[in-house]
Amino acid sequence: MNDKRKQLIVSAIQNGTVIDHIPAKSVFQVVRILGLDNTEKQVYFGVNLESKKYGTKGIIKISDHWFASEEINKIALVAPSATLIEIRDYEVTSKSSVQIPEHIEGIVKCFNPNCITNKEDVSTRFTVIRDEHDELKLACHYCEKNTSRDNLMFI
Amino acid sequence: MKNKSLVSISDYSREEILRILELAAEFEQQPRQDLLKGKVVASLFFEPSTRTRLSFESAIQQLGGSVIGFASADTSSVRKGESLKDTILTVSNYSDLIVMRHPVDGSARYASEVSPVPIVNAGDGANQHPTQCLLDLYSIKKTQGRLEGLDVAFVGDLKYGRTVHSLVIALTQFNARFHLVSPPELKLPSAVKRYIKEAKLEYYQYTDLNEVIPNCDILYMTRIQRERFPDPLDYEKVKNSYNLNNQMLANSRPNLKVLHPLPRVNEINVDVDSNPKAYYFEQALNGVYVRQAIVASILGLK
Ligand SMILES: [Zn+2]
Repeated sequence: MNDKRKQLIVSAIQNGTVIDHIPAKSVFQVVRILGLDNTEKQVYFGVNLESKKYGTKGIIKISDHWFASEEINKIALVAPSATLIEIRDYEVTSKSSVQIPEHIEGIVKCFNPNCITNKEDVSTRFTVIRDEHDELKLACHYCEKNTSRDNLMFI
Repeated sequence: MKNKSLVSISDYSREEILRILELAAEFEQQPRQDLLKGKVVASLFFEPSTRTRLSFESAIQQLGGSVIGFASADTSSVRKGESLKDTILTVSNYSDLIVMRHPVDGSARYASEVSPVPIVNAGDGANQHPTQCLLDLYSIKKTQGRLEGLDVAFVGDLKYGRTVHSLVIALTQFNARFHLVSPPELKLPSAVKRYIKEAKLEYYQYTDLNEVIPNCDILYMTRIQRERFPDPLDYEKVKNSYNLNNQMLANSRPNLKVLHPLPRVNEINVDVDSNPKAYYFEQALNGVYVRQAIVASILGLK
């Protein structure tokens, strides 16, 4: 694909945000985490698109919306490779990648059913760690158990 | 350590651990003092644990402090559905420090965040039991003369045994070599092994208890609990895997001591009890001195 056509696809919205390089299987999770299933804004998404780097990928475009970094970084857990492109008047005004936050508060449930956060009205707090296989895990501030990506449940 | 809650053993640095052990040795010399006169300690046992509760209450009363609280959730307002936060806030009005045991993981950390007075965790679910850990460390130091560089074997349920997790984590501060003996289903969780790896210490895993006995300074036995197994057949398979008897200690090191957090079921045969290498009953007594040290230091009296 040449640069012109690439530019065209990305710029298909006049103003807003494009989230690119989402793992194809994570697109719907990203939609949910960012609350895009409940928005009044125009949202386009594609799955199983070709990607040189990843084989297949997903993409989401949201018109007239720009994200604060702590909001967008929530998706790093399911789409650590995602890139964020901001569009103003059909022009790309900034490009960045999502950052995996060090701490996560209140987005994800602790997988341990006997954790205080699942028993009383206590909001969750995690530290993001990497295990010996370089997998991302969430260490619960309260019960000290690690929630892995397979067990992720969003609040 | 003044006014600082003790929730997890990792809340204490190496120096803080050593300070508590020094204080405990002082209390062992002189366990009855008037140090806590006029102080009120709340002892909240949301689940019963007679052993731990009596050890704490004896520790406090020998120092002249008074104890208020409850021995199980049945008789308290908790049964009426009061939240943990409300119970803690109410009790903190009447006490200088709260000792709590609770069946939910992470309850003690949460309590320490809402409580205006310091919390001492006497066990939160399957998570932490730091005062048990400190009394284990005290017993190891007392019997071996040092904490540094020991060969420590852990035997039995290494997956769910919270005393094992805390003690392994604490011993990574003292360059231990770890010998981990368990059935494959009950191996030490990777979240705990991570501490050993990060400290760049050696660890070895075994399934046969006999293999490890000649090579360790401390043999830390644990109980394999039936309720840990969803399938009763799995429990039947492993329940008798690790029964220590006196004969098996024949080739052990002369300085070896056998520890156990008690109560035991059949992991240690009664014929071991009279062997001078058996230390589990003295270990329990050390709990009183260590708990005196913890309470006195948090209240800023030592
Ligand atoms: Zn938790």
